[in-house]
Amino acid sequence: MAKIKKKVKTIKVDADKCNGCRGCELVCSAYHSSPKYSTINPARSRIQIIRHPLKDIWLPVFAGEYAPAECMGRDVYTIDGKEYDECTFCRAACPSRDIFKEPDSGLPLKCDMCESDPPLEKPKCVEWCLNDVLTYEEREEEVEEGVEMEEVEVGLKSMINKYGMQNILDTVNRISQKQ
Amino acid sequence: MRYAETGYNLEIDLATGNIERVETDPKVMETHLGGLGTSVKLHWDRVGPEVKPFDDENMLIFSSGVLNATPAFSANRTVVTFVSPESDLLAYPMMGGFWSAELKYAGYDKVILRNKSPKWVYVWINNDKVELRDASHLVGKGALETQDLIRRELNQPNAQVAAIGIAGENRCFTASIEQGRSSASRLGGGAVLGDKKVKAVAVRGTKDINLARGEEFMKHMMDMMKYINFRNENPIPDVMTILSGIGSPQEMVHTDEQWHTENFMWGNARTRRRGFWSKEISEEWPKVQKEGIKRLISCMNCPQHCGALISYKDTPRYMAKCFGKLTYAMAAYVDNMEFAWKTLQRATEYGLDSFSTPQIIAFGIELYEAGILTDKDFEGAPNDKEGRFIWLLDRVARREGIGDVLADGVYRAARKIGNGAEQFDHNTIKKHEQLPLKLGTLDPLYYLMYSTNEKISITQIEGNWPQSAFATMEQRENFVKDWPQLPDESWKQWLLEWDQRGEKAIPFYPTPEICSEIVDWMEMLHNIDDACCVCAGMSSFCLKPPYHIHNYPKIISSATGLDLDEGSLKKIVNRSRNLHRAFNNRRGMARVDEKPPADHWKRRWPELEENLLSTYYKFKGWDQNGIPTKERLHELDLDYVAEDLEKRGILKDGQD
Repeated sequence: MAKIKKKVKTIKVDADKCNGCRGCELVCSAYHSSPKYSTINPARSRIQIIRHPLKDIWLPVFAGEYAPAECMGRDVYTIDGKEYDECTFCRAACPSRDIFKEPDSGLPLKCDMCESDPPLEKPKCVEWCLNDVLTYEEREEEVEEGVEMEEVEVGLKSMINKYGMQNILDTVNRISQKQ
Repeated sequence: MRYAETGYNLEIDLATGNIERVETDPKVMETHLGGLGTSVKLHWDRVGPEVKPFDDENMLIFSSGVLNATPAFSANRTVVTFVSPESDLLAYPMMGGFWSAELKYAGYDKVILRNKSPKWVYVWINNDKVELRDASHLVGKGALETQDLIRRELNQPNAQVAAIGIAGENRCFTASIEQGRSSASRLGGGAVLGDKKVKAVAVRGTKDINLARGEEFMKHMMDMMKYINFRNENPIPDVMTILSGIGSPQEMVHTDEQWHTENFMWGNARTRRRGFWSKEISEEWPKVQKEGIKRLISCMNCPQHCGALISYKDTPRYMAKCFGKLTYAMAAYVDNMEFAWKTLQRATEYGLDSFSTPQIIAFGIELYEAGILTDKDFEGAPNDKEGRFIWLLDRVARREGIGDVLADGVYRAARKIGNGAEQFDHNTIKKHEQLPLKLGTLDPLYYLMYSTNEKISITQIEGNWPQSAFATMEQRENFVKDWPQLPDESWKQWLLEWDQRGEKAIPFYPTPEICSEIVDWMEMLHNIDDACCVCAGMSSFCLKPPYHIHNYPKIISSATGLDLDEGSLKKIVNRSRNLHRAFNNRRGMARVDEKPPADHWKRRWPELEENLLSTYYKFKGWDQNGIPTKERLHELDLDYVAEDLEKRGILKDGQD
């Protein structure tokens, strides 16, 4: 397979600087609403602050890939005397927990780095964080060319995972007949 | 569709357990905006002057404001309103944190609590599901402890919980409502909640809040972001450190406390300790402060660091903010910061206001030292200063022995104890403890602010105008050159002419007319903040703030869809402010109550003070008894209020 240049986008998280304000959650949900900035709802945010104030835990976590099934086991980390809850560092929307799912439909959320046309200088959460917790970086890497799934395909795949192939086929069939 | 507000209130009758989700009239936003404004309207409509603080009919409202839950920076206050057991007037303590935004995401603007529950409950609001849950197992638990217990019990780590401690359960008049790093503290909201047998209100919401013109709103916020960055990088020169920045006083960040410890009074607002901040103290206190602070934290969507997670030695962890850092040590005359950290933790779990309570305890100890309270009252108390202070704090929170008397606040306790105790009640206004400040020359601006504001607390009206004149013309010119927050350019001249000595100095300058303009302006800004539930620290309470009268109408309009300009916004908040005053007038408040403590300033000018008050009343459209006139009420579309006040004989036709 041919080698191509791929832009790797990174948000560096310096959790020690986080003052726990959740502004990133607000602005993420606002940016991703339709029309843009029409609604606010942190439950729809693709970045969530895992908060345990008395345990001194304020940890921004970004939504990653959807996982259709739970892991075989769960993890609990203790770092610097702080015990983090099960799967705190995991970025997946998965059946084991409510995080990173649309509150009404339950469909998974995923951080898209605020990709838009024209592109933003940096994702909104990075721009909004005035405490330098989040830093945006881009670099190029050489990778083997692969087939990228399109947005519709990503959505359909997660629907299939959630409801099963037959259900989705039946529903599409029914809707198309009505139209 | 409703914008910025949810359009629904939760109405809870605690006596019957009936819970209703009630749609509100969109017109009320047009007339009273939200937050304090719309809450005042509800109190006026439903709570008559005959209702006593611990009557069933005394409503307690938790309210969000129109900008909570939007990306408006620092819009994170919750305003709690009720008739105060201490002042017997409509109180409105506010807390920061995350509660009000969560309430709006759950789909409600306010939680209105009526009547009393027959047994201890907590309210659990989870979007559309709202229930009263048994709280008998939480009775006796700390205010902070309760919050975590409820989150665990519900398995809802993201629920926001406002709770009372045992001080609220015992109806101490200075009981607070605590929530994370924040608290609605002043004037006994915790006592009223406790009287209703509500231990806590927990909320979790995952719904949308709509913005009317989102893109435009965000442009205003991006401008504000630039200004916040600018102000954080450029503190104002020639003023005290504590006044140089934005945000609520950055008491957790700043460690140099020379100004507070040497200018504020120690004990029961009694002694000024010049020279306290010695070399030794100035090394020791900052060291202990830093040892205690685990992390600097903020409220919802605020870049500042007004609060902190406190983890000091073996003291259980808690969160703190503001001047509470110093109040207990200063009231107890204890020269170590360790005592401050430890006592504040205890008081926070008890759920006690850290402004009033230390003074109440210091007042009790002063009476003991003066022989008015006796060994019998202090039976079992340790002899050392620290131990005795903590002992009395415990008794106040539990209402045991003399603590039961003191828990009613200084004013009432003094009258109950008698035997000369009244002389020691020297720092209250309208029965409420004030900041422990005693100064030299009468300040006309502060005279008006102390006397007339419904908050009965200087921190809720001062802010935008410098606290004192600058020493040199160069400093003044420097200050005014970049001051777009002023309502009018011409006001700059007042500051330029304002001197530290001579004819253009306090008490005669600013003149009563100029004072009226300035005080009215500052108060109006606070009223806008309180309707929006924007933190005064980013607006009315600091010099050159991000929010001001010129950008507020645009921000509120783009969020709500209302078409506001400066004039119409002012009219709305003036309406609510006058309604609030009328509510208090109806309860008997009048000119005779509007006076700072006799010893607040050493040098007083009684004639000037009367003139100041009269001029200000006239400016506000109030009669000479401090009651809004019929004309003023008519201008504000409050004819129904004029009619009510006339009927009760409070407003007399043709009298001013």
